[in-house]
Amino acid sequence: MMEIVLNVLSWILLSAGGVFVLIGGIGALRMPNLYTRMHAASVTDTMGAALVLLGVMLQAGLTLASIKLGAILLFLLITSPTASYALASAALLAGIKPDAGRAADETRGP
Amino acid sequence: MYYAVTIALLVTMALALARALMGPTVYDRVLAVNMFGTKTVLLFSVIAFLSGRPDFLDLALAYALINFIGVLAVLEFFRSRAAKRVAEEGENSPRDGAAER
Repeated sequence: MMEIVLNVLSWILLSAGGVFVLIGGIGALRMPNLYTRMHAASVTDTMGAALVLLGVMLQAGLTLASIKLGAILLFLLITSPTASYALASAALLAGIKPDAGRAADETRGP
Repeated sequence: MYYAVTIALLVTMALALARALMGPTVYDRVLAVNMFGTKTVLLFSVIAFLSGRPDFLDLALAYALINFIGVLAVLEFFRSRAAKRVAEEGENSPRDGAAER
């Protein structure tokens, strides 16, 4: 009984994580501007990673693999906002304006 | 069930590669490569359980560390270059959103 509940819960978490990752990937490809693309990619970096890793962690149970997955999750949750901040700061310093309407790429009009 | 997540991750990695190839500025490429690295970590940890070999988790952990350090190094390189260019142009010539290719 407990096995079935854990399996179903982990399946739900894994499929939700897959959907989040896919939505973030499509958004990072289709969004018109650098900062909106960054917003779409951040969804996959935090929510998708957390859901997928939690789902796999439920499958692993209380083992060393689960502890390693927790370390990966903690590390990703610390580093991906830091990388996003560094990227936005560098882009802003390079002169890319955070204006979704006018500063859209020429490849895709606003 | 692992297969669905693996396929979703692979499709997302392909989309990130497309953005890295066609990204207009260099920051789009860095963003796409960072996203690709994160998805690689997730793919490793799913494949570790798909194939029943938990050793892959060590690879995922090492790859997460290397990815973060690499992205920060590349960003620091481009940021110092942009700062140098701004300092050379002076204060009286405002830039109008022209980023390097």
